[in-house]
Amino acid sequence: MDFLNALVALANFVLIPATAYGAQLALGALGVTLIYGILRFSNFAHGDTMAFGAMVTILVTWWLQGAGITAGPLPTALIALPVGIAGTALLLLAMDRSIYAFYRAKKAKPVVLVIVSMGVMFMLNGIVRFIIGPDNQRFADGERFIISARDFKTMTGLDEGLSLKTSQGITVVTAVIVVALLFWFLTHTRTGKSMRAYSDNEDLALLSGINPEKVVAITWIIVAALATVAGVLYGLDKSFKPFTYFQLLLPIFASAIVGGLGSPVGAIVGGFVIAFSEVTVTYAWKKIATYLLPDAWAPDSLVQLLSTDYKFAVSFVILVIVLLFRPTGIFAGKSV
Amino acid sequence: MSTNPYQDDRGNKDRSIANPAGSGSLHAGSYSGQPQKGTAGEPFLIGEAMTGGYGGGADILHGCTIAVDKGEIAVIVGPNGAGKSTAMKAVFGMLDLRAGDVRLNGESIARLAPQARVARGMAFVPQTSNVFTSLTVEENLEMGAFLRRDDISGTMEQVYGLFPILRDKRRQKAGELSGGQRQQVAVGRALMTRPSVLMLDEPTAGVSPIVMDELFDRIIEVARTGISILMVEQNARQALAIADKGYVLVQGRNRFTDTGEALLNDPDVRKSFLGG
Repeated sequence: MDFLNALVALANFVLIPATAYGAQLALGALGVTLIYGILRFSNFAHGDTMAFGAMVTILVTWWLQGAGITAGPLPTALIALPVGIAGTALLLLAMDRSIYAFYRAKKAKPVVLVIVSMGVMFMLNGIVRFIIGPDNQRFADGERFIISARDFKTMTGLDEGLSLKTSQGITVVTAVIVVALLFWFLTHTRTGKSMRAYSDNEDLALLSGINPEKVVAITWIIVAALATVAGVLYGLDKSFKPFTYFQLLLPIFASAIVGGLGSPVGAIVGGFVIAFSEVTVTYAWKKIATYLLPDAWAPDSLVQLLSTDYKFAVSFVILVIVLLFRPTGIFAGKSV
Repeated sequence: MSTNPYQDDRGNKDRSIANPAGSGSLHAGSYSGQPQKGTAGEPFLIGEAMTGGYGGGADILHGCTIAVDKGEIAVIVGPNGAGKSTAMKAVFGMLDLRAGDVRLNGESIARLAPQARVARGMAFVPQTSNVFTSLTVEENLEMGAFLRRDDISGTMEQVYGLFPILRDKRRQKAGELSGGQRQQVAVGRALMTRPSVLMLDEPTAGVSPIVMDELFDRIIEVARTGISILMVEQNARQALAIADKGYVLVQGRNRFTDTGEALLNDPDVRKSFLGG
């Protein structure tokens, strides 16, 4: 019984939240890795792109809620998501035309584009705060739980409850669908292959008649979709606050680099590695230890390795450790 | 040194933020000459009296003429630094031409960017980085046919017929192949556009002599299908043996121009370039 309780507690406090968080990071890291592979720089504006996408989705969600349209047990934000993606795609394409295209025409070195993306980051930062404000926004509605802790307890008779939030279920399902679509697109369509070809060898792509501007535009559209989906899922699961999204940039970069920059599979694996490390290191293991250990050994402290305040440090420790042993990341992306 | 401040990343080695791998260095040349009308009976592709260099730098080519007719093989040979590859690049629009002209089928293409020349039926196989290493052999060929909207399976069959080894390796990444097989992929990719002119920059660089002979045989086969072939070669003797036309360049100028056979038998050419 104690063992089962420990297992349920582990699932409830570590496995489920980490899986949902990992999926969100993976989607974010996929966007970063695509930009890195195709546009050849690390996009520092990615966290704020996620915030912008989430913001558009939230505004549309509020409007839909005001108009009395909901998705029943599912969050209304799912209906608003396509509008959010379209809005973000338009923004990114406008940014590309007005900013990045200039530097591409100058054949600017990637490091210049990195700094440019920081400028874009500050702009987006301001735009989002100007439109929706710097505060916490809640927009989740519909059924809150797929399984609530109390139902689980009455169902199984265990002391420990297991709750699975709707947002967590949706996160994982959506992430799986989005990732499957992306991989199918990259490996099976003409356009997807041309994106990989352009990433591999720009000159040869040009000699093959691939239009670089089209590849770049499609990349931005895909990145807009990935960033918006990641941003909305994160907002549904936790809450929306522009500053949190800005901070998300750190674990997302860590995920992309740990997995191997430029490798989409790596981005996904990296997302989960970072998420699981963060959650396990900052979780207070006292409860599970109490179940598993004999009474005499029961810990007095919380058995928390690191305060949650330090969760961002975890990303970087993992990053350093992985890069020490595998400089190309887990999935041999580009060597960093 | 480049004077473009946007290209200054001195000291930056951080690959976690910047990804220089595979980035483009292709230089689309400018043209400040006078385009001419083609004369009747001139070769299918002709780079006529080309003079030019890179940017504001000194001229590398001085009135250099390179031409190739339908179904012929033209070979450019010469000592190191003679401007062989440069002459080829000039024909393909990657050099800043200050005088002369490039005509395809009697029409001046000197103002066209390289990618526009691809659309006109010219295919170029660079000396290095000439395959998409992370794509499979089949995907490489598909990318070669990117401009085409019709069914490409017939052309792909032709390429597989020409290079049977590629059919066995079609699901393998091009980066995992040997040097000779990569060259086959590179030529195959270029053929997928169904070009009228195929330009090869040192196709046998870094491959073994046996593979080289094999590759030359394939090139002859390609020429027999009516495709003009313009080729820069380091292995002058073997290349001239298969050439209909040979160009010996020295310091960016035409030194000898004749049929491949005549050049091989010319005592001057033998003494100065072919080692006796």
